[in-house]
Amino acid sequence: MTDLTNLGVAAIRDGVAAGSFTAVEVAEAFNANVAAAQEALNAFIVTTPEAAITAAKAVDADRAAGKPLGKMAGVPIGMKDLFATQGVQTTAASHILEGFKPQYESTVSAKLWQAGAGMLGKLNLDQFAMGSSNETSYFGNVISPWRRNDGGNVALAPGGSSGGSSAAVAARLCPAATGTDTGGSIRQPAAFTGITGIKPTYGRCSRWGIVAFASSLDQAGPMARDVTDCAIMLEAMAGFDPKDSTSLDLPVPEWSANLSGDLRGKKVGIPREYRVDGLDADVAKSWDDGIAWLKDAGAEVIDISLPHTKYALPAYYIIAPAEASSNLARYDGVRYGLRDLPDGSGLQDMYAATRAAGFGAEVKRRIMIGTYVLSAGFYDAYYTQAQKVRTLIARDFVRAFELCDVILAPTTPTASFGLGEMVSDPLAMYLNDVFAVPASLAGLPAMSVPAGLNAQGLPLGLQIVGKPFDEQGVLNAGLAIEARAAFTARAERWW
Amino acid sequence: MSVDTATVAKIAALARIKVSEAELEAMVPELNGILAWVEQLGEVDVTGVEPMTAVIENHLRLRDDVVDADPLTGGGRRDAVLANAPAAEHGFFGVPKVIE
Repeated sequence: MTDLTNLGVAAIRDGVAAGSFTAVEVAEAFNANVAAAQEALNAFIVTTPEAAITAAKAVDADRAAGKPLGKMAGVPIGMKDLFATQGVQTTAASHILEGFKPQYESTVSAKLWQAGAGMLGKLNLDQFAMGSSNETSYFGNVISPWRRNDGGNVALAPGGSSGGSSAAVAARLCPAATGTDTGGSIRQPAAFTGITGIKPTYGRCSRWGIVAFASSLDQAGPMARDVTDCAIMLEAMAGFDPKDSTSLDLPVPEWSANLSGDLRGKKVGIPREYRVDGLDADVAKSWDDGIAWLKDAGAEVIDISLPHTKYALPAYYIIAPAEASSNLARYDGVRYGLRDLPDGSGLQDMYAATRAAGFGAEVKRRIMIGTYVLSAGFYDAYYTQAQKVRTLIARDFVRAFELCDVILAPTTPTASFGLGEMVSDPLAMYLNDVFAVPASLAGLPAMSVPAGLNAQGLPLGLQIVGKPFDEQGVLNAGLAIEARAAFTARAERWW
Repeated sequence: MSVDTATVAKIAALARIKVSEAELEAMVPELNGILAWVEQLGEVDVTGVEPMTAVIENHLRLRDDVVDADPLTGGGRRDAVLANAPAAEHGFFGVPKVIE
């Protein structure tokens, strides 16, 4: 019998529906992979093998009874530990939420269970989704399943913040996982691990029940092994939710049914500002490959300009910390999570001690930056200025999309790096998201698809950015690249 | 603009994060590095540009003024609300004494 863990979302769903295997067999196979890899990769904060089996049994029973099956029926998935899951610990990889068991289910996870998916466990991430290497988790680093081809065994970063998600999908611990993207947290880890991930238009997926980082940027999306699987899972995740005031009141298109890699008549923009001095040679080559592939698919490739690109990252590092400092004010040791109450201390001391003990260094750094840029006397100079620059960045995209249908760029400036290589310099770490952040600031759909391997044998991703609401255009360009990149490399199992 | 130790201490107090002297000293150069880098936004000409308020056009919805319109968020769920509290007593959140 074939190894069921080599199958993706569509193959599992269709195989279960056809009776080629049962959902329980699939769940058992992935549960075994999860358990075998946990010590080496640390991709999960908690595993929930029983939940996966229970969901699978329900799907098998529905099939036996002849009931209609959902879009994700029989597909076990990993859930980023930023989504509230009823009765299952939800931590955002922080100490301050250790032991927190939500009394309710996030909208996105509820929709996935409704569609027949089951939960293998809660995936590790950067603490409060703040990081690009998964090194800020209170529950330890996630180790990428990938290694350099130099014969060494340097532990590499799976990217972040959705690093547990990317490592788990790449290592065949789950066929797909949820991610969230605030400034690249789906696309950058997907690129680092040779998988596919899409951040939809801001508002497509409900934020209700997702631990908030920067509310004007946070957006959930799927991470899986190919474009089709992402399209299917996004259909299950997206949709209007009255409980999220920024949710888009639009029908969910049938993206997977309308996939087409035929790009004749489409125009692809190549932003000249992304071709920065000193761009990594392998990354530059993969970009050129992508251009050739899209031309081969029938697209016309044109040069475009996004003049404010260089200001996106500094604007992001004002706006995101500002929103975070406000959102994270809720962790006060009163309503949920950790409480540190030193002897004889009052309420204010309790707040300060709780937050000192409960937040990691990067989270504190961002709360401090956010508090400063919002403080009296500095608000206009920093925050208002950043929001004006954000308007200009969004306008750059509006103008570019008058000339083209999608934009092609690298996902990241380099391939994955070794754990510990970047942590001492926060700014160097931030620069990892230089190509990902502009689309986040503009709320645009954007995805990363694997393009090939660099000289060290590590995956590189190509990023496609689309017009608002045009996930279909993004997915189609992704499909055209996927068909031509023929990326079949996978991390050799060492764990 | 750059920050000194006293300013960082004030920010920490505003953010309700207890910070030791040693942590303060370490944070000053880190925060100054980040602030110096974001300063470059000052060179952008934003004359006549409105600050972004909504990234994707949307409208604010009002729900019907009905009690418990959505049972999940409508109220009457005291025990669920208190279930994760570090100190819940008599149906309330417990906190240290705030008035003498």
